[in-house]
Amino acid sequence: MSKLLASLGEAVTASGLKDGMTVSFHHHLRNGDYVLNMVMDAIAKLKIGNLTINASSIFDAHAPLIHHLRSGVVGGLEANYMGSTVGRAVSEGVLNKPVIFRTHGGRPSDIESGKSPIDVAFIAAPSSDSAGNCTGRFGKSACGSLGYAFADAMHAKKVVVVTDNLVDYPLRDYSISEAHVDYVVRVDAIGDPQGIVSGTTRMTRDPVALRIADLATQVISASGFLKDGFSFQTGAGGGSLAVAQNVRNIMREKKIQGSFALGGTTGYLVDMLEAGCFESILDVQCFDLKAVESLRTNPRHVEISASHYASPSAKSCAAEALDVVVLGATQIDCGFNVNVHTDSGGYIIGGSGGHSDVAAGAKLALVIAPLSRARLSIVVEKVLTVTTPGKTVDVLVTQCGIAVNPLRADLRQQLARAGLPLVEIGDLRKMAEETNGIPQKPDLEEKIVGKVLYRDGTVIDGIRQVRRPAGA
Amino acid sequence: MRIVKNSIAGTLESSDIHVEVSPGTGVEIDVQSTVLTQFGDSIKKTVMDVLREMEVGDVRVFANDRGALDCVIRARLETALLRAAGGDGP
Repeated sequence: MSKLLASLGEAVTASGLKDGMTVSFHHHLRNGDYVLNMVMDAIAKLKIGNLTINASSIFDAHAPLIHHLRSGVVGGLEANYMGSTVGRAVSEGVLNKPVIFRTHGGRPSDIESGKSPIDVAFIAAPSSDSAGNCTGRFGKSACGSLGYAFADAMHAKKVVVVTDNLVDYPLRDYSISEAHVDYVVRVDAIGDPQGIVSGTTRMTRDPVALRIADLATQVISASGFLKDGFSFQTGAGGGSLAVAQNVRNIMREKKIQGSFALGGTTGYLVDMLEAGCFESILDVQCFDLKAVESLRTNPRHVEISASHYASPSAKSCAAEALDVVVLGATQIDCGFNVNVHTDSGGYIIGGSGGHSDVAAGAKLALVIAPLSRARLSIVVEKVLTVTTPGKTVDVLVTQCGIAVNPLRADLRQQLARAGLPLVEIGDLRKMAEETNGIPQKPDLEEKIVGKVLYRDGTVIDGIRQVRRPAGA
Repeated sequence: MRIVKNSIAGTLESSDIHVEVSPGTGVEIDVQSTVLTQFGDSIKKTVMDVLREMEVGDVRVFANDRGALDCVIRARLETALLRAAGGDGP
């Protein structure tokens, strides 16, 4: 029997999807993704309701989802990250049930253990054959790694592959095997290439960010980890890329042969791989075209699943083998707890992604952040939402100095010996407050609109509904 | 100080504030801000303080704030007021 069906509607019907079930999506097409919206529209037309969506991330491109939340097609959301557009609707209480926030490692762990079962998984595939052997490496919507989709494909009761590049059977260089796939649907476009990957990820020129990057590099240098066998993860933000470039220069100058780079991949990490800084890149997600190209052509650039990346219940994962990670923060408090879920008004603007996974796994977890952004203090007394517990964060680097977690007295001594400008985190907080003034507290209701699950599944915090300003 | 013409000061860059001043009857203030929930009251108070200090009684002020520090708000508003005062300012 052919797995190839003519439309998403047919696939939804064939999958046996019914009211109250759970559907899942992955986010490698990022802000260019069409698949979640197309599938939910098809489901709405079939009058199926009260579904739960378990998506590895929700982006602003998924704004049409808000309509399905209001109309009751969707009654529950689970995600590792949520952009500010859907985040605002959720923060203002559009759902009766709290959104379940997991981490990139916690999500596959809960799917595999059966804690968060998926009825139907929809896999957005830039190339697939008619049996569902699929990959993100090529096709007009190429996105590179499909790392977050593996757990969905392997554990959902039914799996639908959605592609805009149907190739002859068998697709040899597959990421997800036909053994897991029930149905394949060809559509005109699974996404907008402009939104899927950026052409180039750009380095910052902001002098404050560059100063922070320089200090962060000095911390990494003085930590003792920057030697042969070094492993490293950094984000795609401008400041993180500046750290990566500095680290690269040191590695080349001192002829340091690193082991691996981990996580979301940018052209900067690819350059480091090609320059011989690392033996390999372990890639769950590509951020730009150069990363996609490298994954397609360089055998030392390897696609890994989200479980392999960071699952706390996997027999082991790469995050636990990591030396150094550079992370960002929307807020960080005097206990080194980090918030990347909510802004200072209490609105949902993000989520952990892999933040708390790699903070826990890495031997040295650095948070880099300016003291404040546009009058909002980043270093605060108490974060509004705990994403990553302070005990897993080792150092905060700001433009006004470096604060070491008191739990890491050894590291503090090392950095002091290297002559780095160390400060107390409480003093950084005071500096920020004196510059910005004391903000009014956000107006929050009692109702919990989001539950933050730590990577081991425990509830680490709740996100409260925001009272809408009068007249808004 | 008497406001006799329209003027502007500042930009819409992050951490700046764009201030428009024009002649009016009594004091009329309209503040928009990216940090309105956190600093709305504080911004309005700063605007009122500056108007009082510069003895401006009849004016319309429209401020579009992008998270400017208090000192920046003062500087931009003072500049706009002096530009609108037509040379007979303090």
